[in-house]
Amino acid sequence: MPKFESIKQLEKYRGKLLSSRKPPQVLVCGGPGCLPMGSEEVAAAFKSQMKKRGLKGKVVLKESGCQGMCAKAVKLMLRPQEITYQHITAEDVPLIVEETLMNGRIVDKFCYQEPDGAIKAHKSKVPFYQGQLPIVLSRMDLIDPGSLDDYLAAGGYQAVQKVFGGMKPDEVIDAMERSGLRGRGGGGFPTGRKWRLCREVPGEVKYIICNGDEGDPGAFMDRAVMEGDPHAVLEGMIIGGFAIGANQGFIYVRHEYPLAVKRLNQAIEQVRKVGLLGANILGSGFGFDIKISKGAGAFVCGEETALIASMEGQIGEPHPRPPYPAVEGLWGKPTVINNVETWANVAAIMNNGPEWYAGIGTENSKGTKVFSLVGAVNNTGLVEVPMGTTLKQMVFELGGGIRGGGEFKAVQTGGPSGGCIPKQFLDLPVDYDSLQSVGSIMGSGGMIVMDEHSCMVDVARYFMSFLHDESCGKCTPCREGTGQLLEILTAITKGEGRPEHLPLMEELCATMRDASLCGLGQSAVNPVLSTIKYFRKEYEAHINQKKCPALVCRALLKYTVDPETCTGCLACVRECPANAIHGEAAEPQDIDQELCVKCGMCQAVCKFDAVKVES
Amino acid sequence: MKNDSVNLTIDGRKVAAAAGTTVLLAAKAEGIDIPTLCYHPELKPEGHCRLCVVEIGEAPHTRLVNSCTFPVAPGLVVQTASERVLASRRMVLELLLAQAPAAELIQKLAADMGVYETRFKKGHPQARCILCGQCVRTCREVVGVSAISMAFRTPGKKVATPFAEESEACIGCGSCVFICPTNVIAYSEKDGVRTVWGRHFELQPCQKCGNYIAPKAQLEHWAKITGEPVESFYTCRDCR
Amino acid sequence: MTNQQKLDKILTRYEGGSADLIPVLQDIQDEFHYLPKDELKVVAGRLAVPLTQVYSVATFFKMFSLEPKGKHQIRVCLGTACHLRGGQRLVEAVARRLEVQPGRTTADLQFSLETVGCLGSCAQAPLMMVDDKYFGRMAVDKVAKVLKPLKK
Repeated sequence: MPKFESIKQLEKYRGKLLSSRKPPQVLVCGGPGCLPMGSEEVAAAFKSQMKKRGLKGKVVLKESGCQGMCAKAVKLMLRPQEITYQHITAEDVPLIVEETLMNGRIVDKFCYQEPDGAIKAHKSKVPFYQGQLPIVLSRMDLIDPGSLDDYLAAGGYQAVQKVFGGMKPDEVIDAMERSGLRGRGGGGFPTGRKWRLCREVPGEVKYIICNGDEGDPGAFMDRAVMEGDPHAVLEGMIIGGFAIGANQGFIYVRHEYPLAVKRLNQAIEQVRKVGLLGANILGSGFGFDIKISKGAGAFVCGEETALIASMEGQIGEPHPRPPYPAVEGLWGKPTVINNVETWANVAAIMNNGPEWYAGIGTENSKGTKVFSLVGAVNNTGLVEVPMGTTLKQMVFELGGGIRGGGEFKAVQTGGPSGGCIPKQFLDLPVDYDSLQSVGSIMGSGGMIVMDEHSCMVDVARYFMSFLHDESCGKCTPCREGTGQLLEILTAITKGEGRPEHLPLMEELCATMRDASLCGLGQSAVNPVLSTIKYFRKEYEAHINQKKCPALVCRALLKYTVDPETCTGCLACVRECPANAIHGEAAEPQDIDQELCVKCGMCQAVCKFDAVKVES
Repeated sequence: MKNDSVNLTIDGRKVAAAAGTTVLLAAKAEGIDIPTLCYHPELKPEGHCRLCVVEIGEAPHTRLVNSCTFPVAPGLVVQTASERVLASRRMVLELLLAQAPAAELIQKLAADMGVYETRFKKGHPQARCILCGQCVRTCREVVGVSAISMAFRTPGKKVATPFAEESEACIGCGSCVFICPTNVIAYSEKDGVRTVWGRHFELQPCQKCGNYIAPKAQLEHWAKITGEPVESFYTCRDCR
Repeated sequence: MTNQQKLDKILTRYEGGSADLIPVLQDIQDEFHYLPKDELKVVAGRLAVPLTQVYSVATFFKMFSLEPKGKHQIRVCLGTACHLRGGQRLVEAVARRLEVQPGRTTADLQFSLETVGCLGSCAQAPLMMVDDKYFGRMAVDKVAKVLKPLKK
């Protein structure tokens, strides 16, 4: 690949790519959902089968980014027909090669199937994809993330061309403001305004940072983008650097994402070689470079000032604002920090124009949002929908409804900083303001669906345990508050709750929200307050009747063996950590309630559903 | 000079404060004493105890901020003792009463605000550390040796020497002991030896009067940073 | 290579100064599988940062361990989706089988067990990792099979 010293050279190269022959492609999903399910084995099987059948060179095999429908791992996308196959294992590959690649026949058993049995082979016919509007995820099932050629052929770096082809920094910022893009990391601050604030601060040295510290458990959107379309992030940052007047960018990636670090570094090397990073980009006179910085295991470092502190070699403690990072950030210099998804939207906005972007979404929440739709739905995975899509559409159309025929109980948005939204709000359009109005937040896009098997008190306790563990410890309300809330919530789940605990928690939450130093402490109250508000009866059952209606809180459960169904296989006896199960082999077993520690292992391993639990 | 002052409103009063000052100090200049725990005039304010919170803005868009770092701004409206502020301060103190049951300062501040007990689970009955960080910051900013620091994070955050061993950087000056508002740091002197943070420091007696001046290590530190010979510090202030 | 040589090799990659502290510690953690005290003292001197800062950083961030870690890292995810799908039971089953508590290392230094916030593969909950390998859709009765090849 040549070095691009001018826009013309880049255009010419892209033209050559586009005019070249495009053979059929098999894209094996290598995203976070498919990787643990054997995507590498599937890809290897395709490689060897295709060679064996003489398809090498005739059909191109690629490993793509996340194709979205993670519940159906491993996923395939076959182009140009856009056939999607699911639940593929290495053993299925010879059949696919024979039937579909060599003979153009669709194999029904690998296709998406509707509840009524209808087979949907093409992506455009699958409800999960129909409800989406991919912008950030638009290239996930299209390109090999390790290939700059693929990114260029898909229109990559066209926005850089446009910007460096005569636009002024102010014009770029103006476009970002008009687009209405708001920070996708959770803060929702208008991106264009942040860029403008930073640009207006006097100073030669400025920085931009991409926040890839995606710490919300249940969220893997940023991971998918960094691994599946790393150039989109780089392109956005190059444009941002130009607009703000920063010559150095950093991508802060949490250390739990080594593959993301690898792909980003690879992409950075590629664009450095062709001159899209470095001095005098495309002959513009503007120089920009990007460096990767790795997190070290602290959720709080998703907070801007804590992130900056850790980049400076200090512990990740936030500091009060003002000063804001846009004015005084990394090493005291004006710094813009934006989330991965925010950066990944920039090129599309510059290419298609801010009016196009502002035409999508709702009045105060423009564009699309990537969500990780997980939990008790059939179709778990990554989705990108226009802002304003309702919760009902997300859960029941894209998500395919509650798995196992269960009943919708709540959806938790925004990660540990978000609230639980009950079924009376299913018609709520998903956008920043609406979610806030019901006591939750957009957050980074985690959307966890819960059914009747989730105990809302346990959910609150779980999040508080997480937040308490991740709290930096600097300020009193969060450090002590999360600890005391955890203490109380744990007591309630153990049957030691008292009626005065509820108002006490509400009172403590008011101070945590008002007086905590940073967003972690301030929004730690959301899981507690939203579950008390919408699921008060569940709390009361735990406190007053010492019952857990959802059969989750162990101390309030009783496990017994049903003598009718127990076969005496002794699987439970082997697993029981307390040696509480006794009985003869091939005879029904008995659980000694005095010894039982209520861990539920017996129920988990019983293949005959013979262990009953009640509260 | 008129250019150097900023007009804001504190508790309904129009105030002209020096540009660049904080709300805490501007209030103090007006005779309004906002309670603090982690603030100290000699140290860079960090704003984490959250006791000095005030309510800023105009209804319904008000919020609480810590006054020790918040800069005065033209037209800023500040309430130093609104209901929300008082409720937060009481709750912060109630949490600290649980964290450090033996800290007399907290008991006093809490009682001043009408809080006499805590509804929360208490820590160790002898616990006094409120993690205000003044000891750490003093050692780093004033003494300049950074012999102690905040280690770990919630839960388990505490002030410690590296690896909980004797700190080689410590010069035994005792500034941390002096600055601590709740008497946490153990310190003793006996037979010409000072013990602090588990390390023993031989005290240097004055060459003239024989009274102990300071640990030898501290005088050596002063010698190093001033470039003066260490012997020049072997005479106490009274004897000079 | 001696420890000193290994450390030197790492330090030559960096200019020195506070900004390099976390990357240096990460490299040391990768090389030694924990942060040895003596090496940290050298780092403080070479990067010209107070030892207290090194200690604070080493104890603040979860990825760092001041105690030696095992040959195999077992990570069980307790992210939200995994928690809702029995993550806690999975941790307990693994802990029992390896005879080690989460956050600790077995006495023979073979296995370290830890729980992590989210591995980013929520659709395959509950999830666990053995070194670099992911195991999705885990269940209590699959644990023995997964751990068997490592116990040799």
